[in-house]
Amino acid sequence: MPYLDHAATTPMLPEAIAAVTEAMGERGNPSSLHTAGRAARRRVEESRERLAAALGARPSEVVFTAGGTEADNLAVKGIFWARRAADPRRRRIIASAVEHHAVLDAVGWLVTHEGAQVSWLPVDRTGTVSPLALEAAIAEDPESVALITVMWANNEVGTIQPIAELAALAHEHALPIHTDAVQAVSTLPVDFAASGVDALTMTGHKLGGPPAAGALLLGRKVECVPVLHGGGQEREVRSGTLDVPGVVGLAAATTLAVERRAEVATRLAALRDELVAGVLDRVADVADNGHPRRRLPGIANLTFTGCEGDALLMLLDAQGVECSTGSACSAGVAQPSHVLIAMGAGPAEARGTLRFSLGHTSTQADVAAALAVIAPAVERARRAGLTSVLS
Amino acid sequence: MRVLAAMSGGVDSAVAAARAVDAGHEVTGVHLALSPAPASLRHGARGCCTLEDANDARRAADVLGIPFYVWDLAERFRADVIDDFVAEYAAGRTPNPCLRCNEKIKFTAVLDKAVALGFDAVVTGHHARLADGRLMRSVDTAKDQSYVLAVCTREQLARAMFPLGNSTKAQVRAEAAERGLAVADKPDSHDICFIADGDTRGFLGRRLGEQEGPIVDAASGAVLGTHAGSFGYTVGQRRGLNLRRPAPDGNPRYVLSIRPQDNAVVVGPRELLEADVVAAHRVVWTSGGLPARQFDCAVQLRAHGMTSPATVRVVGASVEAALEVAQVGVAAGQALVMYDGDVVLGSGTITAARRADVAV
Repeated sequence: MPYLDHAATTPMLPEAIAAVTEAMGERGNPSSLHTAGRAARRRVEESRERLAAALGARPSEVVFTAGGTEADNLAVKGIFWARRAADPRRRRIIASAVEHHAVLDAVGWLVTHEGAQVSWLPVDRTGTVSPLALEAAIAEDPESVALITVMWANNEVGTIQPIAELAALAHEHALPIHTDAVQAVSTLPVDFAASGVDALTMTGHKLGGPPAAGALLLGRKVECVPVLHGGGQEREVRSGTLDVPGVVGLAAATTLAVERRAEVATRLAALRDELVAGVLDRVADVADNGHPRRRLPGIANLTFTGCEGDALLMLLDAQGVECSTGSACSAGVAQPSHVLIAMGAGPAEARGTLRFSLGHTSTQADVAAALAVIAPAVERARRAGLTSVLS
Repeated sequence: MRVLAAMSGGVDSAVAAARAVDAGHEVTGVHLALSPAPASLRHGARGCCTLEDANDARRAADVLGIPFYVWDLAERFRADVIDDFVAEYAAGRTPNPCLRCNEKIKFTAVLDKAVALGFDAVVTGHHARLADGRLMRSVDTAKDQSYVLAVCTREQLARAMFPLGNSTKAQVRAEAAERGLAVADKPDSHDICFIADGDTRGFLGRRLGEQEGPIVDAASGAVLGTHAGSFGYTVGQRRGLNLRRPAPDGNPRYVLSIRPQDNAVVVGPRELLEADVVAAHRVVWTSGGLPARQFDCAVQLRAHGMTSPATVRVVGASVEAALEVAQVGVAAGQALVMYDGDVVLGSGTITAARRADVAV
């Protein structure tokens, strides 16, 4: 069964399953003072050290969360609140227009409920944020900026942002910058210290770790108001009893993913290129979206002109090929992608787009199986697409 | 056959899909998202496309072991059903949005898309029967939905499946419980799905704005009062007229018609509400061709209304039905559905109703 939706979630690594399973058999709350508690704490701290080492961070900069959405919310809201508390003028957030909903909607909530203002950074046709655009947005009123948030690599089209340049620019103005690197860690070199960012979101289930386990890497000097209050765990920034099996599995998976990164990235890029070339070969009027070179190796985002993506997805699913329309809301209705719209696509093009994403278990057979069924599926979906437009 | 089951999240469509699976068809479930901003939770019996309904449909599909998708038809639904509903009221008519939804959404947009995607038929949980291509009433006369399906053409019905027509609602619920479907005791939906609070007048008021006009006596032409929008009145309505002056004979007055030309609500005594000649246009011969230039049948003039024996005369794409028993509250915009026993012969949209003994 060709699973081509690794950007949604990727299978757990056997080593991570083993680590989680073993930890689930242990007892002890890492906040407890007795022997079992200390043992649990040790497992957490060892995991923290491993995770930090894998990502170029210091252990004290790792704040464990229940996944990427929580880490994004903590960074965006927490840094905004801290900055505004220090200086009431600082209520403007600069964010890219192609952020994941975990950032987008957290920013939107601050605008609606906390008097935040937002400057959206445009992207070009490849989905890239220009440092010049950030410069211009800051220059509007540098004193008003609370934080900047730009994702490391886009989850829909895979475009990689010039994070180091953007971070350098932010620091020229002494402004904090957060990046959502959820999609980046498994295939790109992500070094927290070297990147210069102040906060970085990562999560386990995109790289072979357990779901609902993630982290915010938060620079030691970055002030951040908690979203969750309670026992004061995780630097008093994120309360809640730590999920020891989750943390252990996250560290195990991240360590392995980073070790294998270069090999996996090379292999996936070759498979992805084969998939894209094969589709373009077999189907007319297909656009390959995203940056031609600075793109995640596992992502192919293709617009099939004249099709509805949801119809094509259904036809491929019936043939055992699993992919995605990009972003889905909780009702399962595919909304036209805000990422493609920001890149200049019209609503019809956005709706006719599918994302195929490869991961550590992907094989040439998966690509071949998708290519074997794509042409008739598109032909049929195009007929259906025309029907619903004309009638 | 490859069939597409339209699953609302209610008990009927879940059991219909289950029966299609049992019959050996290859079934795919689809929930139609008809609202661009669905509410999270359902409130009582109103509304039909909350996220909770989508989830109920998904869980039923899980139990049946069939693939399930949500199709976004909100834009089509707005254009073809909601806008039409508002425009019809603005024109002084009383539309039936369920009928319109069957005509334009379920058996046009969904059916066409399904066929284009390789499906042979669409199965729904409507209470109606199909026999030899003819549409018939459900055996459960209280739940019968043939009236709102009568707008379908023979071609549309050829690709429709209604597996519930031989069952009563009680049997459907019992079967759902036996099958372990969680929606077995979910309340029936009533009213208009896109007016979640049930306040049709308020809904129309927000879209059409207040449009003050006269309330006029049918006999004398005298202005008896004013209204804030004729869309708030339905033919046959008695309450809520707020007339200061009682009728000379002391009998209650009813809404007789809406006059769009001068935005007037025309009122009068009950006798004038009765009609025994009803004209309809946009006629569809549901179960085959035109029966004859003139034929006897039974006509039904509103959902769940009584039927009356009638002689129908066909003039082009219009009909005029002479009723044996006069009916009250016949509203333009509703459907006139012609039956031969349980068989639906055809339907049309009512344009006018009058007394045979009153000059037009």
